[in-house]
Amino acid sequence: MFDQSNLIYRYDGSFDGLLCCVFESYDKKEIPTEIILPDTSQTLLFTVKEIRTDVQKSSRVLASIPEKMGFDALNFIRRAFLTCFTQKELYILLFLRLGYRHGQSVMSMLANDVVNILFKAVKHLDNESHLLKGFVRFSIFSNILVAQIEPKNYVLPLMTQHFSERYPEERFLIYDKTHGMALVYQPYQSAIISIEDLELPEPDEQEQSYRELWQLFYDTIEIQGRHNPKCRMSHMPKRYWKYMTEFGGPRKKSPLKLEDTAKFLIP
Amino acid sequence: MDVFDKLKILTDAAKYDVACTSSGVNKKAAAGGVGSAAASGICHSFSGDGRCISLLKVLMTNVCAYDCKYCVNRKSNDTPRASFTPRELAELTINFYRRNYIEGLFLSSGVLKNPDYTTEQMIEALRILREEYRFFGYIHAKAIPGTDSRLIAQLGMLTDRMSVNIELPSQSSLQMLAPDKSKHSILAPMKYIQNRIQENSTDVIKYRHAPKFVPAGQSTQMIIGATPDTDFQILNLTEGLYKKYKLKRVFFSAYMPVAENTLLPTLDTTPPLWREHRLYQADWLLRFYGFTANELLDQHHQSFNPYLDPKCNWALHHMDFFPMNVNRAPYSDLLRVPGIGVNSAKRIVIARRSATLQFNDLKKLGVVLKRAQYFITCGGKVTGGLKITQDKVLQSLMSEKTLGMYHQSFPLQSQIKQLSLFEQPPMIPSGFPQEDLQRCLTNPI
Repeated sequence: MFDQSNLIYRYDGSFDGLLCCVFESYDKKEIPTEIILPDTSQTLLFTVKEIRTDVQKSSRVLASIPEKMGFDALNFIRRAFLTCFTQKELYILLFLRLGYRHGQSVMSMLANDVVNILFKAVKHLDNESHLLKGFVRFSIFSNILVAQIEPKNYVLPLMTQHFSERYPEERFLIYDKTHGMALVYQPYQSAIISIEDLELPEPDEQEQSYRELWQLFYDTIEIQGRHNPKCRMSHMPKRYWKYMTEFGGPRKKSPLKLEDTAKFLIP
Repeated sequence: MDVFDKLKILTDAAKYDVACTSSGVNKKAAAGGVGSAAASGICHSFSGDGRCISLLKVLMTNVCAYDCKYCVNRKSNDTPRASFTPRELAELTINFYRRNYIEGLFLSSGVLKNPDYTTEQMIEALRILREEYRFFGYIHAKAIPGTDSRLIAQLGMLTDRMSVNIELPSQSSLQMLAPDKSKHSILAPMKYIQNRIQENSTDVIKYRHAPKFVPAGQSTQMIIGATPDTDFQILNLTEGLYKKYKLKRVFFSAYMPVAENTLLPTLDTTPPLWREHRLYQADWLLRFYGFTANELLDQHHQSFNPYLDPKCNWALHHMDFFPMNVNRAPYSDLLRVPGIGVNSAKRIVIARRSATLQFNDLKKLGVVLKRAQYFITCGGKVTGGLKITQDKVLQSLMSEKTLGMYHQSFPLQSQIKQLSLFEQPPMIPSGFPQEDLQRCLTNPI
């Protein structure tokens, strides 16, 4: 038995791995103070315990969650696992421990610190994925739609359904630069694959002219007398602007100056 | 004239239309199609004035046979004119849509030749989109007052939302500024659309695949500040429209002076943004908070308080309703507490099932205690050490900026004793720094 006060779990970073941490925590009757990823630099002061991912254990935990606390809770921790919250693993474990004790009502314990912090992290994830459904900008290269994003949370799994229903007959790719992953789709199948880097070709004439039309529309639709940059920024934080067509490159009507727009496409 | 010039002219002419929402309907593309819609609506960008850009908002044409005094597209205005051909417009929409620039199309139009001809042009553009491109995205179309009902019915089968603009909130204002329109010519198509939606909803029950007529409902908009109509009149009209015509939204637009006319405010008038903001706050109170127009304003108080939002104002005049026990009060009562909104009220209702809520719990649930603390109790107690005095309450309900403005407006009598809850608040004086006001409206007070 490890000393409770300074126990750290290290897992492989997968959802199954995390569920094995939960298993271990119950098996050994202990609660870790932290759960870390393999590549985290460790401090020597604490005992680090390696948790091996064992599908048998994780599937037992997985099956027990909807049984003990309902499908909402399972869905909730799945989403919590996608967030950028740094201590998500520990808090998911604590949340599940609460859930095993209180059952379904864990989802209504909004004033509990563990539940509250996880709820806020999930809200951040949901907000970001909702915003990105609108802010993603595709460019069309030889009839394939390509977009880049740089989200804080791992939002691709939450965007798959939306874009598959929107463009069922297209082939598209959304590259998540933060996580080095990409959502790829071709008629009636999608996948999320790992991509190291993405280099985009120069836009062709048609692509370029639609970009300029969009920039023209964007500039014209504003009512000058109501100019309010603060309001715009609170609805659309600047970190999203980087990949948005309306803020890319100089606005000119004269067609085709490829090097200008290439700058924002290939960072 | 190339498509760049047309887009510029026709966007410029459409930008004063407020509605740009894509909400109210859930659907996805059928096989071979493109496009979907989400009931929550999706904003694709925000323009420099902070307004959501969800739809490609353009006019079919800005040529107009009417001469409404407040409008940029009036016949007598000397401005460049252009028209999209239906195919140009459909192509532009689909290309913007594929790149995820937009959620769909917002199509309005000036009156070219006559209302029927204009509507036929719009129908043709939408037909190309829906039938040839198999476009399933969101379409919002304006019904032009005076169009034959057969054409409106046809247009409605192609769109998700329709709207008829009221523009001016009373018959007398219409007569003065829009001589070609009348109350009847506006309300008749609105009534017709409502009836069709109702008929259609019974069809859809009977036949699962019955085509849907305007599934996202209809909306309208009014101009604020071009005419002497009061907030009370406008709010009552709004409530009537929600109840009688089952509108989904009523939009308000602060009047931007675009024309010189003795009947209108002068060109250097700044738009009454704070009034528009208050009207939207009240509109939300009507739609989501269970308030009625008569609770917010009445015959003797025809204008909104410039310093306090309508909900705070109501609470201050109904102190007998408070303090409220958050652990017991029903949802509808919680909504009436300043500092508790729809989300936090819902969270309270959920969270109190498993625990008795204390003040620090409320903070976690998103309640703004600065305002709410004067109106609630937790477990029979008020916040520790809280003294409820008139001026303290009043100060807590205003933002620092508004409070500053309040003092600025009354520098000599800024003694706390002079702050009174129950007097009719002084109106914003004419020399009021409009810029400050606009800035303070950026964040809800």
